[in-house]
Amino acid sequence: MTRFLSSEFFYHYRRNLPAIFGSALLLCFTLMAIFGPLLVAQDPYDVTQLELMDSFKPPVWLEGGDPRYLLGTDGQGRDVLASIVYGARISAFIGLAAMLCSCLIGTTLGLVAGYYGGLADSVIMRIADIQLSFPSMLIALFLMSAFGTGIDMVLIALTAVGWVVYARTVRGSTLGEIQKEYIQAARVAGLGNVAIIRKHVLPNVLTPLIVVSTIQVGTFILIEASLSFLGVGVPITQPSLGLLVKEGFDVLFSGIWWTSAFPGLFIMFLVFGINLFGDFLRDELNPRLR
Amino acid sequence: MSVLGYTIKRLLQMVLVLFAVSVIVFLMMSFTGDPVFMVIPIDSTAAEIEQARRLLGLDRSLLSQYFIFLGDMLQGDFGRSYVFRQPAMQLILERLPATIEMVLVAITLATAIAIPLGVYAGANPNRPVSRGIMAGSLLGISLPGFWVGMMLIFFFSVRYPLLPSSGRGDTVEVFGLRLSIFTADGFAHIILPALTLALATLAIMLRITRAGMMEVMRQDYMRFARAKGASRRSILFRHGLKNALIPVVTIFGLQLGDLIAFATITETIFAWPGTGKLLIDSIYRGDRPVIVVYLMLTAFIFVAINFLVDIVYTLIDPRISVK
Repeated sequence: MTRFLSSEFFYHYRRNLPAIFGSALLLCFTLMAIFGPLLVAQDPYDVTQLELMDSFKPPVWLEGGDPRYLLGTDGQGRDVLASIVYGARISAFIGLAAMLCSCLIGTTLGLVAGYYGGLADSVIMRIADIQLSFPSMLIALFLMSAFGTGIDMVLIALTAVGWVVYARTVRGSTLGEIQKEYIQAARVAGLGNVAIIRKHVLPNVLTPLIVVSTIQVGTFILIEASLSFLGVGVPITQPSLGLLVKEGFDVLFSGIWWTSAFPGLFIMFLVFGINLFGDFLRDELNPRLR
Repeated sequence: MSVLGYTIKRLLQMVLVLFAVSVIVFLMMSFTGDPVFMVIPIDSTAAEIEQARRLLGLDRSLLSQYFIFLGDMLQGDFGRSYVFRQPAMQLILERLPATIEMVLVAITLATAIAIPLGVYAGANPNRPVSRGIMAGSLLGISLPGFWVGMMLIFFFSVRYPLLPSSGRGDTVEVFGLRLSIFTADGFAHIILPALTLALATLAIMLRITRAGMMEVMRQDYMRFARAKGASRRSILFRHGLKNALIPVVTIFGLQLGDLIAFATITETIFAWPGTGKLLIDSIYRGDRPVIVVYLMLTAFIFVAINFLVDIVYTLIDPRISVK
C-alpha cells in the first residue's frame, strides 16, 4: 500500500483533478449500487409497497412534493430514487458483465490471431474488419430484434459487438511482443505455445486492455440504455436506467419530467465518471504519450 | 500498385462484404420464427399451412432458399411488406430523403462547431477555456442521445412551446426530393432532432481535431511558418488545420455511419418519418422484408462510405502510399 501511495501513478493521479472527480463519481455509484437498497424506503418491484394515491408526485423541492419521495414518483406511485438505485445495479451489471465476456473472447481471439498468424489470423481479422464497418449500435439492435430480448440476450449482443476492439488491440500488441528476444528465449527453453502465450505474451499485452476495458464499460452502458429505450433491451420486470427513461417518455408531454430526467442524469454521471477515469488511465498507461 | 488497381481491389472487397452481409442477414432471418405465420389467416388448417409453405418455397433446403433470396435481390425484388402490402424497397426509398436530410444537417452542424473549437483547444491546450471545451466534449460523449432529445422536447416544446417536437413539417420539392429545411416550418421541425443527433458526433470530432492539432503544433514546419512571419491565424488554419484534418476525414466517414444508426433513435423520439422509424416499427411488427431491405441498404451505404473515405484519404495525404 505504501508502495502504491509513493508510486508515480498515484503521484500523477493526485494532481489530476478530472481523474479524482471521475473516480469519486464511480465510488459514489459503487456505494449506491451496493448499499442503496438499504437506504431507500421502498422496493420498487414489490407491488404491495406501492400506493397508487402517490402517483406522479413531483420532486420534494417542488410544490406538492412529498418528503418520502425525494425525486418524486411515477405513474404507479413508485419512488423514482428507488427505481434508479435498482436500475443502476442492472445497468452497471450489464456494463461490467458484457465487458468481461467480450474481453475474454476478444483477448483469446486476438492472442490466437497475433501469435499463430496465418489462416486463423486472416479469418478472425476479416470478420473484425467487416464488423467494424458497421456501427455497433446497429449490429446490437439487429441481434436483439432477431433473437429476442432479456438481460442474457443483451449480454450476448454486447459481447458480439465488443470482442472486436479487444481482438484488434491484443493482436496488435502481440505482434509487437513476439518479435522480442524473451519470447525466442522461451521457445528455445522448450516451452509450448500455450505456455508462452499464457505466461509471457498475455501479461505483456494487459496494459492496453485495462484502458480499453474502462472505456468499453461506459460504451456498453450507453448501448444497453439505447436498446432498452427502443424496447428491445431488458424486460420491463428488470428495468435498467435506459428503460426507466423510456417509461418516462409518454408522460413527458404532460409536463412530468422527473420520471425520465433523473434516470438519464444518472446514466450521464455514471458514464462521465468512467470516461474521466478512463482518459486518465489512457494518458498514464500509454507510454507513447509520455 | 496504381491508384486504379487499388480502387478495383477495394471495389471487389466491397462486393465480398455485401455478399457476406447477405448471407448473415439471410441466416438471421431464417432462424427467427417462421414467416409463414405472417401471411396466412390465423384459423388455417395444417394442410393450408403446408400449401402456403410450398408456395413460398419454405419447404426447400436452406441453400436453395438462399439462392432464391439472392437471385430476387439482384433483380431488385426485395419482396413486399407484410403490413403495407407494398414493395419493401419502395417503402424504404420513400423515407430515405427524410433520414438523409436529418443526417446531413446534423453532420454539418457538428463539423461547423467542432472544427473551430477543436483548433482552438489544440492550439492553446493549457487555457481554461480549452479545458472547459474538453470537459464539455467528454460530457457530450457520456450523454445518452435519446435522453438529450427528450429533455430538448421538454424544454422547447412542453415547458416553453417554441419549437415543434414531432414530424417534418412543411416540405418542398428540390431536385425531386422532398426536403424540410428550405421551408420555415420544416426548418423549425429539423432543429431539435438534428441537434440531438449532432451532439455525440460533435464531441468526437472536436476531440479528434484537437488531438490532430496538438500533434501538428509540435512539428518543425509550424515553427518555420512563424519564423517566416506568417500571421497566427494563417499558421493555424493554412498550415495546421490542413494537416490535422487527415484523421478528421476518417472519423467523418465513420461518424456518418454512426449517425445513420443513431437516426433510428432520434427518429423514434421526434416521430421523424424516416427509414429509422420505419425500421423500429417494422421490428415491432415483425415485418421481415422491410428489415431485410433496410439492412442491405445501410450495409451498402456504409461500405460505400468506407470506400470513398479510403480513396479520399490517399488523395489528400501524399504520405500514404497505396499498398
